[in-house]
Amino acid sequence: MNKKFVLGIYDDEDVLLTAIENIRAAGTKIHEVFSPYPIHGIDDVLGIKRSRLPIVAFFCGLFGTSFALWMQIWMLGFDWPMIIGGKPHIALPSFIPVTFELTVLCAAFGMVITFFIVSKLKPTLRVNMFDKRSTDDKFVMAIEVKEGVTNMAALNDLLRSNGAIEVNEKEVVK
Amino acid sequence: MQHVSPIREPLVTGGKTYHDITEDVCRQVEAKPNPRWAAAFAVSLVGLGIFFYSVYRTLWFGIGEWGLNKTVGWAWDITNFVWWVGIGHAGTLISAVLLLFRQKWRSSINRAAEAMTIFAVICAAMFPVLHMGRPWLAYWVLPLPNTFGSLWVNFNSPLLWDVFAISTYFSVSLVFWYIGLIPDFATIRDRATGPIARRAYALLSMNWTGSAKSWSRYETVSLILAGVATPLVLSVHTIVSMDFATSVIPGWHTTIFPPYFVAGAIFSGFAMVLTLMIITRKVFKLEDYITLEHVESMNKVIITTGSIVGVAYTTEFFIAWYSGVEYEQYAFINRAFGPYWWAYWSMMTCNVITPQLFWFRKIRRSLTATFIISIFVNIGMWFERFVIIVTSLHRDYLPSSWAMFSPTIIDIGIYVGTFGLFFTLFFLFVKFFPVVNMAEVKAILKSSSEVPHGHHTPANSMHGTHGTTTDTKSKTHHNE
Repeated sequence: MNKKFVLGIYDDEDVLLTAIENIRAAGTKIHEVFSPYPIHGIDDVLGIKRSRLPIVAFFCGLFGTSFALWMQIWMLGFDWPMIIGGKPHIALPSFIPVTFELTVLCAAFGMVITFFIVSKLKPTLRVNMFDKRSTDDKFVMAIEVKEGVTNMAALNDLLRSNGAIEVNEKEVVK
Repeated sequence: MQHVSPIREPLVTGGKTYHDITEDVCRQVEAKPNPRWAAAFAVSLVGLGIFFYSVYRTLWFGIGEWGLNKTVGWAWDITNFVWWVGIGHAGTLISAVLLLFRQKWRSSINRAAEAMTIFAVICAAMFPVLHMGRPWLAYWVLPLPNTFGSLWVNFNSPLLWDVFAISTYFSVSLVFWYIGLIPDFATIRDRATGPIARRAYALLSMNWTGSAKSWSRYETVSLILAGVATPLVLSVHTIVSMDFATSVIPGWHTTIFPPYFVAGAIFSGFAMVLTLMIITRKVFKLEDYITLEHVESMNKVIITTGSIVGVAYTTEFFIAWYSGVEYEQYAFINRAFGPYWWAYWSMMTCNVITPQLFWFRKIRRSLTATFIISIFVNIGMWFERFVIIVTSLHRDYLPSSWAMFSPTIIDIGIYVGTFGLFFTLFFLFVKFFPVVNMAEVKAILKSSSEVPHGHHTPANSMHGTHGTTTDTKSKTHHNE
């Protein structure tokens, strides 16, 4: 089903932030906002929940720690015990560097892979940009149009009165 | 009302707008190769040729092609390895540590510095791998059950810790770098006119649209990656120093090694960033993004770490005397006045004396002086590694096995060759990738630049580059 969007184009982050507040206060649901760089404070204004990726990173790191310790203890302590330099089979201090490295490795990769999955980042040739200028210097606010419900003229006025320099329409083939 | 700080200089000069940043950074990616770039690339390809020839000789005829002998079993290979790894550290330091400290000046240099990290680590890794003699068996260092039975690798060995440290460091740095590149690849993709460029950058940009939700996650990921990469910077060179410190060779067996090596790594890394950035900003006309303020900030890091290194040299000497161990005392007297005195005093001159010139503001802000001193620091740090390794090894407990080391042409060839490898990769990077992180520079533009033309809106000067500033309510609103 095709979806229709109204795009409000802004050229300043502060105007955009105020606009988001006012438009949401007016009861209009904002589908998505696109910007060329991360805007501070936009999460609160848009009502984006705090990301849970740190929790993912923590548990992946914990997995790395336990895996590394288990691996070293099992390999050198049980599977093939060898005396090296008179040290005990399970010489914990010398297992610390490898444990640390695997903790970092698992935390970083676990989190990044999760980030790619939840943000739907994958190599693809078909990229659906609402407005290509939003990776350059424009801030784009997309509002979904519901046939028969949305008052287009009012929406246009709302966007313009809140500082939009352009208001465009776009149809997206789903 | 543009915020003008009485103390801080603008980080982006020239009154740039967001679009100017895109134009300035994308210019060299989209334009035909610059002739100066092409000439420099050709020279680095010659270096790469030298590298391949020397590696071929080493592999075909064996490690006997190198100047190593029974006493000095490690020389240029480990010197170059530690030196290159150290150079890599500045990149992670700029991208991770300075991110955690909310240092906005990192934004225009972090991309190139991280690229330098990755290429330097690749060069570094060549040396231990080649020193194995049979690099095709390099996978034996991984904890894999081998065909002779269930014998495992030795987790008590610092050389094995190195394997884990360097490979983790490399992969985490690569991921950190790539995550930062995704939004900029998207910018290039959306501007691309040619079909090949459009497809290539579409694949590289991973479907990035710049939605607020993605940006929010992106910032979380950057911050956490910085958080885990920061201890990684310290751990990598600490572990490299343990290759020496856990042995019993006089001059190596010292507890000062980990912090001393880390300081040295940051020292040489920043020097290399300066060497590269001074040229890059000139060739690609990025003077408005990489300003004298940036150069000065890096010079301050150099003088700090250079002084730490200087203190470490003196401490080593003092402890050798104070320990009362005659072997230890001899090792240090031999370093300064033995047959390798010239290496020791080159190290002292380049590392301890030259960076002190940065106490003068005029020198700190002079590009020529900075460039020359950065080269000196790079040379000095190479000598530091050479001094630690060769002077300690060539005369240890047993005078009957004392020997001298001199490099062969193949030793020199591989070292020079890694420069070819490094610069080939670096030149490809500056041609095809955005050298300055556009998204991050745009994010600091309003708070830290000269007043942009055509921008009439108020700025909130208190934005951090990253983080969760929640002061949007207190903003001066300016509506039409």
